[in-house]
Amino acid sequence: MSDSRAAVSMRGVTKRFPGVIANDRVDLELLEGEIHTLLGENGAGKSTLMNVLTGIYLPDEGSISVAGKPVRFNSPKDAIALGIGMVHQHFKLVQSHTVTENIVLGLAGGFQPVRLSEAEGRVAELSERYGVKVDPGAHVWELSIGEQQRVEILKILFRGAKILLLDEPTAVLTPQEADELFVTLRSMREKGHSIVFISHKLDEVMAISDRITVLRGGKNVGTVQTSATSPRALSNLMVGREIQFQTYPRPEMKGESILEVKGVSAEGDRGLPALKDVSFEVASGEILGFAGVAGNGQEELAQVVTGLKAISSGSITVDGRPMAGASAKDFIDAGVSYVPADRHGVATVGDMSLTHNSVLRRYREEKFGQGPLLNLVAASKYADRLIEEFDIKTPGRETAVRTLSGGNLQKVILAREMTTRHRLLVVMSATHGLDVGATEFVRETLNHHREEGAAIVLISEDLEELLSLSDRIAVLFHGEIMGIVDAAQAEIETLGLMMAGERQSEAVA
Amino acid sequence: MEADLSVLIIAILQAAVRSGTPILFVCIGEIYAERAGVLNVGLEGLMLIGAISGFTVSFTTGSAPLGVAAAAIAGGLFALIHAFTTITLRADQIVSGLTLTILGTGISGFFGKAMIGQVGPGFDRLELPVLAQIPVLGEIFFRQDAMVYLSFLLVPLTWWVMFRTHLGLAIRSVGESPATADSLGVSVTRVRYGCVVFGGAMAGVGGAYLSLAYTTMWVEQMSGGRGWITLALVIFAGWNPAKAFLGAYLFGGAEALQLRLQAVGLGIPTYFLMMLPYVLTIAILVMASRASLRRRLGAPAALGVPYAREER
Repeated sequence: MSDSRAAVSMRGVTKRFPGVIANDRVDLELLEGEIHTLLGENGAGKSTLMNVLTGIYLPDEGSISVAGKPVRFNSPKDAIALGIGMVHQHFKLVQSHTVTENIVLGLAGGFQPVRLSEAEGRVAELSERYGVKVDPGAHVWELSIGEQQRVEILKILFRGAKILLLDEPTAVLTPQEADELFVTLRSMREKGHSIVFISHKLDEVMAISDRITVLRGGKNVGTVQTSATSPRALSNLMVGREIQFQTYPRPEMKGESILEVKGVSAEGDRGLPALKDVSFEVASGEILGFAGVAGNGQEELAQVVTGLKAISSGSITVDGRPMAGASAKDFIDAGVSYVPADRHGVATVGDMSLTHNSVLRRYREEKFGQGPLLNLVAASKYADRLIEEFDIKTPGRETAVRTLSGGNLQKVILAREMTTRHRLLVVMSATHGLDVGATEFVRETLNHHREEGAAIVLISEDLEELLSLSDRIAVLFHGEIMGIVDAAQAEIETLGLMMAGERQSEAVA
Repeated sequence: MEADLSVLIIAILQAAVRSGTPILFVCIGEIYAERAGVLNVGLEGLMLIGAISGFTVSFTTGSAPLGVAAAAIAGGLFALIHAFTTITLRADQIVSGLTLTILGTGISGFFGKAMIGQVGPGFDRLELPVLAQIPVLGEIFFRQDAMVYLSFLLVPLTWWVMFRTHLGLAIRSVGESPATADSLGVSVTRVRYGCVVFGGAMAGVGGAYLSLAYTTMWVEQMSGGRGWITLALVIFAGWNPAKAFLGAYLFGGAEALQLRLQAVGLGIPTYFLMMLPYVLTIAILVMASRASLRRRLGAPAALGVPYAREER
C-alpha cells in the first residue's frame, strides 16, 4: 500500500453552513486501489466532505488535488469529468425512468438522439464484468433497494469513474445484500478503483477497508491502517470517550395483552396491498421488535396501529377495546403513543416553536386551554419542564424545532409522547441517524417504559438494536410476517434470510 | 340530406382544428415547462401579450410572419419574469403565474387601445397541393392556414425531442428529480429557464394565432380563457404532445360545436352551449386535483417545487 500513489488528496477543507462548521480543515488522502473508510457519528461531517469532493458543495477553504493535479470543482460535472462518482445515501435516481435512461442521463446534451439499445448493451456488459446484476430495461420504481443501489454503482462505472464514493451503502441493505455489495467492492478494488466507504458500523468497517479515517465534529481525528486497529480503538476515536453499548437485562415481566392485531390487511398509498393478513399481540411490559428492509410494510404497520390508516380487513384491539374505524384521536384516547420515523414531516411542525410542538398531542386537555383558547402560560411551563427533564439542548422553548439537531428533535418527540398516560408505544426508526449519546438515551427511555409496564412496538432497520431491546422479533417481508422469534435465541443470519423473504421454518432449517 | 350532414360534420371538424390550434401551441409550450418542473399558470396573460404584440407588428410592418416572430419574442421575454421569480428567487409558481396573467391582461389592454377597430394582415387559407385532395382528411386538415401546418410540425418534433434526445431526457429528469439531474452535471437552472422561456414563446404564438389567423384584429381579452383551458389540457394529455394534439381538437371541437349549434338553433339556451369548453376544463381540473390521480396520469414528480442545491 505504501508505494501507491494518491488518487485524491484533500487539504484543509472547510465547509460552513449557517450556524455550524460541517468540515473544519479536514485532510484526507485516498490511494489508488484502496478501500478507505470514512468513519464517524452522524453529523461528524462525512457526507459534507464527500459532497465537497463531488462538487455538490463548494468548499469555503482548502484545496483538492486529483492524481497529483490541483483541481477546483464548480459543479458535479467537473468531478465526473475527473472520474469521481458518488452513490448517495438517498439514491439519486429518476423513479419513472428505466435503468439505462438513468445511466445515460447527462452524458450528452442538446438534440443528440439517445441510443438506448446500444447503451443497454454496454450496461449489460458492465454488470457482467463487475458482477452487478440488474435488468437494464427495468423501470427504477420496479427495483428493490439493493438493485437500485446497483444502478447507482453502474451509473458511475459507465462514466469510467476510477474513484467511487459510497455514502452509508449498507444502511438500506439486508445482511445478504451487504455481503454481495462487498464482493462487488473487492472486485472493483482489484480492477484498480479507489473507493471511499462511509459508515458508522464498526464490524463492516473492519471487514472491508484497507485504511480508516475517523471524523469527529467536522475534524479529522486520525487515519489508521485497518490491520493496526480495533473496533474499540475506533469507537473511542469516533466519540472521543469510551462508550459501551449496554445490553439490557430483560427480566420476564410480560403482563396482560394490550395490543391485539388479527388478520389485518391494508393498502399502501399507491393503492397496492401493503399489509397482508398480519396477526400479532403485544403484552404489557413487552417490546415486540419489527425487522425488515425498508418499504416492506413497516410504515403502514405503524399507521394502522395508531389509527392513521384504515384497514381493509381484520381487527385491532387496544386493551380489549375494538378499534375498527377508530380515528387517530380515538387511538390517542386509548393510550397509544406514536414516535414516527419521519421526525420532520410527520412528528413535528418544523416552523412551530418547541412549546407548540410539545402540546400538539394534548392541546385539547383542559390544562392547556379552555374552549378555543390555548393556555400559553401552561404550555410554556410544560415545555420548560420537558426541556429540563429530557435534557433537550435548545436556545429556548420558542425556537422553531426545525433548527434542532436530530437527537434533540427526537427528544422533543419522545418527551411529548411519553409524558402522557400510555398503554402502547409505537416507535419507528427511533435512533436512525442519531449519535451514540442520543441513541443510548432513546434506548434507555424505551427500556424504562417497558419496565413501567407499557407495551412497545419497535420498528427498526437496525438489527442490533432490535436484538438488544426486544423480547420478541417479528420480520416483515412484502407486507407479511415471515415469523416471530424470541430475541434471546435469534440469530442475525436467520433474521437476514427472513428479511429476504424466507419463512421462519425455512430459514431455520 | 345525407350529403348535407357530412358537409356539416366536415365543416365542424375543420373549425375544430382552427379553434384547437391556438390551444395546441400554448399546450406544447406548457408541456416543456411542466416537464421541467415549472408550472406556469400565466398562460392567459402570455397569450394576450402575444396577440397584441403580434397584431401590432404585423399591422405596422404589413407582415404576418413578422408578427408571429414578435409574439414569440414578447411571450418569451414575459415568461423570463416567471423564470426569474420561480427558478432564481424560488418564489411560489402559482403566485408568480397569476401575476403574469394580471400583468398580461393590463399591458395588452393598455397598448391595445390604439388597435381597437383596426383590421390587419393575417394568414390566409393555404391549400396544400396533393394533401388537400385527400377525401375528408384533406378537407379537415390541409385546407388551413400556414400556422396550422406549423403546429402540425411542432407535435412530432416535440415528441422526438422529449422522448428521443438527450435534451428531452434532461428535461424530464429535471422535472422528476432535479437533485438527480444536478448530480449528473445537468444544469437544473438552465434547463428550467430554457423550457419556461420556450413555453412563453409558444404561448405568445398561440395568442398571435387569435389575432392573425383566427381573426385579423385585436379585441381586448380575446384569449377568452384559453390559457386556463390549456392548463387542463396539459393534464388531460398526460404531458404528452401526441395526446395534446388530439386533446386540443377536442376542446376546439367543443367550441366549434357550440357555435354551430347556436346557428342551427336547438332549443338549448346559448349560454349552456358556450359553457361547454369551460365545463370540460373544470371537470378535468377537479379530477386531476387528486394527488394520487396526478401521479397515475404521469405528472412530473417535482412539478411546482423550486430546487435549491445546498439546502440541508
